[in-house]
Amino acid sequence: MLDRDEIIAQLDQWLEVEYTFLDTATLADHLLERDADSCRLMLDWTRRIASTQIPLAYEFTSRVLAQMEQLDAALIESWALHAMDAYDRSGLLPAMALVRDVEQFQRYRREKAHGVRLEEHQAVLRHFVHGLSGRKLEIEGAAVGDESLWGDSETLYLPPVLLTFDDRQDNFQLYKVMVAMLWAQTRFGGFRVDLKRLQQLSPDELALFDCFERLRLEAWIARELPGLYRHLLHFRGEMSVIETEEPWPEICRQLSQSDTTAKDSLRLLSAYSQLQALPSPPYQFTTHANGVAAVMAARIEREKARFKVALNELLPDSEEEQNQNDSPRLSQQQKEESTLPEGFTVELQLDGKPLPPPENMRQLLSSILLDFGELPPDYLVPAGAGDYDPKLLNEIEADPDAVWLGTYHEEGAFLYDEWDHGRQHYRKNWCAVREKTIKAVDDNFVEQTRAKYHSLIKQLRRSFEAMRDEDKLLKRQSDGDEVDLDALVEALADSRDGSEMSSRLFTRMHRSDRNIAVLFMVDMSGSTKGWINEAERESLVLLCEALESLGDRYAIYGFSGVSRKRCDIYTIKTFSDHYDDEIRARIGGIQPQDYTRMGAPIRHLSKILNDSDAKTRLLITLSDGKPDDYSDYKGDYGIEDTRRALIEARRTGIHPYCITIDELARDYLPHMYGAAAYTLVERVEELPQKVADIYRRLTR
Amino acid sequence: MQASPLQIEENFISEKPYYEATGQEIAIFEAAYQNGLPVLIKGPTGCGKSRFMEYMAWRLKRPLVTVSCHDDLTASDLVGRYLIKGGETSWVDGPLAAAVRAGAICYLDEIVEARKDTMVVIHPLGDDRRVLPMEKRGELLRATPEFCLAISYNPGYQSVLKDLKQSTRQRFVALEFDYPDAGLEQQIVIKESGIDTELAAKLVKFAVMTRNLKGSGLEEGASTRLLVHAAKLIASEVTPGDACHSAIAQALTDDPEMLTAINELSASLF
Repeated sequence: MLDRDEIIAQLDQWLEVEYTFLDTATLADHLLERDADSCRLMLDWTRRIASTQIPLAYEFTSRVLAQMEQLDAALIESWALHAMDAYDRSGLLPAMALVRDVEQFQRYRREKAHGVRLEEHQAVLRHFVHGLSGRKLEIEGAAVGDESLWGDSETLYLPPVLLTFDDRQDNFQLYKVMVAMLWAQTRFGGFRVDLKRLQQLSPDELALFDCFERLRLEAWIARELPGLYRHLLHFRGEMSVIETEEPWPEICRQLSQSDTTAKDSLRLLSAYSQLQALPSPPYQFTTHANGVAAVMAARIEREKARFKVALNELLPDSEEEQNQNDSPRLSQQQKEESTLPEGFTVELQLDGKPLPPPENMRQLLSSILLDFGELPPDYLVPAGAGDYDPKLLNEIEADPDAVWLGTYHEEGAFLYDEWDHGRQHYRKNWCAVREKTIKAVDDNFVEQTRAKYHSLIKQLRRSFEAMRDEDKLLKRQSDGDEVDLDALVEALADSRDGSEMSSRLFTRMHRSDRNIAVLFMVDMSGSTKGWINEAERESLVLLCEALESLGDRYAIYGFSGVSRKRCDIYTIKTFSDHYDDEIRARIGGIQPQDYTRMGAPIRHLSKILNDSDAKTRLLITLSDGKPDDYSDYKGDYGIEDTRRALIEARRTGIHPYCITIDELARDYLPHMYGAAAYTLVERVEELPQKVADIYRRLTR
Repeated sequence: MQASPLQIEENFISEKPYYEATGQEIAIFEAAYQNGLPVLIKGPTGCGKSRFMEYMAWRLKRPLVTVSCHDDLTASDLVGRYLIKGGETSWVDGPLAAAVRAGAICYLDEIVEARKDTMVVIHPLGDDRRVLPMEKRGELLRATPEFCLAISYNPGYQSVLKDLKQSTRQRFVALEFDYPDAGLEQQIVIKESGIDTELAAKLVKFAVMTRNLKGSGLEEGASTRLLVHAAKLIASEVTPGDACHSAIAQALTDDPEMLTAINELSASLF
């Protein structure tokens, strides 16, 4: 156990008392009141939080010490991480408020014990709702402050945390019931209604309408998903007295018919407008007519365009011309389909013969049927792609640079966690990675390099070709396609001789394929400017030449960036690209950019690499120095995050390797990559010759 | 009953297999058979391709030789090879050669899985020559009119590398199979397992739910075969939830989130 002075000294150092003038003596006294384990635990957390934010660490430690009796180590840990996440996400003030607010703390405790977070179950719930029929709905957490449960006919908005019950399983089941209710709303005509009328309803009327809708959809769920309905009844609780009084039984009877839509609820609303809505069960949803109307209008326009264009592509070419003159020969026919709640589906017909739609069109069709309950006749007039704004027809990918014009800089980016060495924990969604394409530069760089290394390329090709996996005839096998005559003669001689006859008498063709995918990750930081950049580009040219003759799958990406919000990946060659003039010009166009934040690119490229189904996956980094970024990503922090990213990659079966020209590499690379997983090329001009050679040795 | 060895070419189907036609496939197959044309059967796994072949073998009263192709299957495995017995070589027919000799129906299941060199022996058998070259013996084996070649493949999940070549597919009369429609599927489940109509309807509905998930996390939805498995478990007093979990969910995926979602779907129905 440390004594008081030692504790103060440590706290002074971590909390930088020299500048912050925090009162470490009192803190130390409080710490000493606790037993040795608690004291050690709190010191550890103080240090870890202080590496993120000093005042936050001070506040946290003071608060926790004040009510230590009610807390255990696990809770303190989750609370600390929660506070730091809040700091990462929203800054110091909210984080401080979180630490100070004891009630929040208690709520958090309860949440920890019984609550269910949407985040944990989002994937399961999404699969669940996709499995139910109809449009593929998305699931999202409701915005902070807006706790209402609603769906806009494409996305279902659910509360981010459910704490309704003191049981996790119950809370999860409630999520499921909520999802099913909102799904049912889209599925069973909850939006096939005059939305304008809904927009004009008063809050009381809307509450009554929502109540009617809930009753109506409960009846649908009872018919369609009886198992789920049992859970729903469990949450609904005892039937209130009002519900048994007229006119409610009559209303329920009318809403339980098997062909109801929201129109019926609206009709009942006019009839019973003075009625008070029933008390809400926990899964009572609301209808946000404005939100729904906007989403629906956009979708209807989009799907109409897509459907008509798809229809056009479906028709045989000659039909198109005839269609211009003749009346349309397309028609629709309702076809019985007992698995669907409507009991029918629409079949497209051309000249009275069924025209089976492709998969994407089938989805469009079912989505359109959900909106209208039928296929509107004007949808059957095919249209050319030129008739519509291309934006309607395809999702257009955002320009990665365009986001910088706006304010929300994480839009469209891949977000990755980053390891905070001081905190000993991940910072969530910390780095925003974007893929950019390198501008091709046609300056004959590749041609010059090829000429310069003419003889080396020849030699490389030869040695790489030798590595190519050729089919081999294996002799003396115990089983095979043909008799191995040599072995047979020997075996017969052996048997005459009295010794035992071998059973390995066959030959077999052995076909093995070199199932290797390699991804080269090229440092494009500003420090590579000049001859390093040139050496890197030359290395890539030689590599490509060699790998083309070997036939391994390979991809090349560059990386560089400024700060965590701007980790850029430059695509030079993807796995599916062919090594052609475009790729050669891109290699020529590799230019030094900014800094080297390595963790996020490694995580992103690992993901790309893991998408290839190769048996052996290699991630080779060409680098010129330590990881280093603007402001925070320096020294141990950068090295530890990179190391962590590499460990994660290794865990998914990737073999990372590093080729560097940094003379100081021996100080940190063995720690990052492992002692045997790097090569230091001491002379830059040797890099081009070495890289291909190293690859050959690695994969031999 | 004791298991008894059976020469593959003696595999006559004596009892009528249960098969529900979904279209004109029986008539087409028969016509192809009468004309000595080979047949290609396309369709997802577990939709009744093999059952159809058994049914046709029974109907045409020919032995059925089924070869499940795998990525190590070579032409020699199909045609035959020399073995050494007591210091002398002796020839052993492979299943394809045996089927040609016996005038059987030879069904090569999942043909694209086999090595490319197998096509060398399938092509001459598949067109109007109808001969099996036996390269190692220096012989040509001419097929009798009773012999029939059928191959199957699943266009759904194979990789591009394993697509069937045009030169191969254009030799065959193609029959496309898909999961039967809901009413028929329900009937099949009832007939095969003996469960009641209501349960069968729910099972079919559950299968449709898993098929909805194809492409958003599942490679394939539940096949008719899996439904029958689940139904049989239910008929042996396993609860529907457990039966769906073991016979369907676990068979479809290993992904824990997907498993949970599928189990929740079945729990919603039963």
